[in-house]
Amino acid sequence: MSAIDAVVGVIYLGAAVTFVFGLHLMRSPATARRGNLVSASGMTAAILATVVFVATGQEGLHVSPWGWGALLAGTAVGAAAGLVGARGVQMTAMPQLVSLFNAVGGGAAALVAAVETLHVVGRLAAERPDAAFTVPVGLDVLIGAVTFSGSLIAAGKLQGWISGAPIAFTGSRIATAASAVLGLGSVVWLVVAPGVWPLAALAVGATAFGILMVLPIGGADMPVVVSLLNAFTGLAVAMAGFVVGNEILIIAGALVGASGAILTKLMADAMNRSVLSIMVGGFGTGDAPAGDTVVSAAAEVRRTDPDDVALQLAYAQKVIIVPGYGLAAAQAQREAGELGSALADRGITVYYAIHPVAGRMPGHMNVLLAEADVPYDQLIEMEDVNPEFDTCDVALVVGANDVTNPAARRPGNAISGMPILDVDKARSIIVIKRSLGHGYAGLDNELYGNAKTGMLFADAKKGLAQILAAMKEYAS
Amino acid sequence: MSSELLANLGLFVLALLVGFEVISKIPATLHTPMMSGANSIHGVVLVGAILIAGVVDSPVGYILTFIAAAFAAMNVVGGYVVTDRMLGMFRSRRDREEAK
Repeated sequence: MSAIDAVVGVIYLGAAVTFVFGLHLMRSPATARRGNLVSASGMTAAILATVVFVATGQEGLHVSPWGWGALLAGTAVGAAAGLVGARGVQMTAMPQLVSLFNAVGGGAAALVAAVETLHVVGRLAAERPDAAFTVPVGLDVLIGAVTFSGSLIAAGKLQGWISGAPIAFTGSRIATAASAVLGLGSVVWLVVAPGVWPLAALAVGATAFGILMVLPIGGADMPVVVSLLNAFTGLAVAMAGFVVGNEILIIAGALVGASGAILTKLMADAMNRSVLSIMVGGFGTGDAPAGDTVVSAAAEVRRTDPDDVALQLAYAQKVIIVPGYGLAAAQAQREAGELGSALADRGITVYYAIHPVAGRMPGHMNVLLAEADVPYDQLIEMEDVNPEFDTCDVALVVGANDVTNPAARRPGNAISGMPILDVDKARSIIVIKRSLGHGYAGLDNELYGNAKTGMLFADAKKGLAQILAAMKEYAS
Repeated sequence: MSSELLANLGLFVLALLVGFEVISKIPATLHTPMMSGANSIHGVVLVGAILIAGVVDSPVGYILTFIAAAFAAMNVVGGYVVTDRMLGMFRSRRDREEAK
């Protein structure tokens, strides 16, 4: 082991520590930003150390002028694209961006293994690479290519470029199964007879499987898919580490794999679905069609108007705002934040009750509200906020549906057992909604028929603005 | 099974366990930034792209290296920048009053 080899090894170890420590600092919003910087500095050190490692020709590596050109040009192009995407993205579009980064990360991991294999197969025509090399290559290309194509489809669905409805065509299940067999079979082929052809067959099969796997999954399930593909990317990167014999890839990849797996499980639990049933697909129609269902005349609900709501809120002592995806879809975060802040200025205790699946990815609603300048100490998670509803004067539900439906406490319906916010325990309830349309689960929300509930039929943004205006007029 | 492979497998399993341990303690409030942070960590695959640049010697190899480097760099740079942007929005009530 040369001196440079040893120093690079130590830097990798240090980088691994910064990744773990950085994630550790993400436990509190007060330190999270520092954690990200710590992690980024470790990453920079690991990348620079690797450049020195290859530039000094360690382990027989030699970068030709063309090699440097390809590497530097690629890095420059990619970095610029990443920067533009990261700077310009709307916070509501975060899930798409994360999905896009999963795609390119998984794609890069698969390419690393492919290039290494082409090199090894070309050089060692006489002696066959052993299974310790070909098994990680097979798994890397398989997982990486599935992640690449699957994440692009997921991003397309989230962005609305591809229909959010489950897409299936005649024979699509068979095609999915065939591509899975081709992918898995090629891994075996690659191990038995390493070469270019099994590698190509593997890439084709896995890419096709990624597409066919995500197409039939409904848009509303995409957050779970994105989270799962994040875990996949981590595993692909770890496999790339086995292929090129690099420990930092293995450590970082495994860390991400574990984190993605946990989030996927949390998210699926909060949606009352199993990860398996989501991946099988065919559930839901994507985003609930907002506003195209008419208010049913027969429904026995009590209507209210912005002036009443404003007075009720202004003279309350404790108000809990329950935001759902409808709030983000209507771009009403800022209005919600202003209303909360106006109430807090009157000395009223204000909380935002955050259900784990509010938004389009785990914890998404918190980011959307943080962007609207809502202080994070008012954002309360479900377990902590539920006991507060008993003593809350007004619960204001904006764009949330299934997660407030008391039917979840009874067995025998689509959402039985789903963790919900105990909105019905508040002294009075106001629901801002465009219509009595159904949520994602397609159920009537029993909360709306509750005697304590007043329905304000309005678009979330307009409704909140009207309440805010009325409050300034009557209650200042 | 070589000793290097065994050592690497050990690293892999231990890192998985550390990952489970660290992540399960992160509050739901921060799940989106955390996912985005984990997302930037897998941009470490840029290290792999640099290493393969040391073995390629054909036009196909250069093209694949270019694409791998571009993908990985996009992942790592974009990931960290967007996570920082997101976390910069999280302010407590006290921070907000100080900012006024």
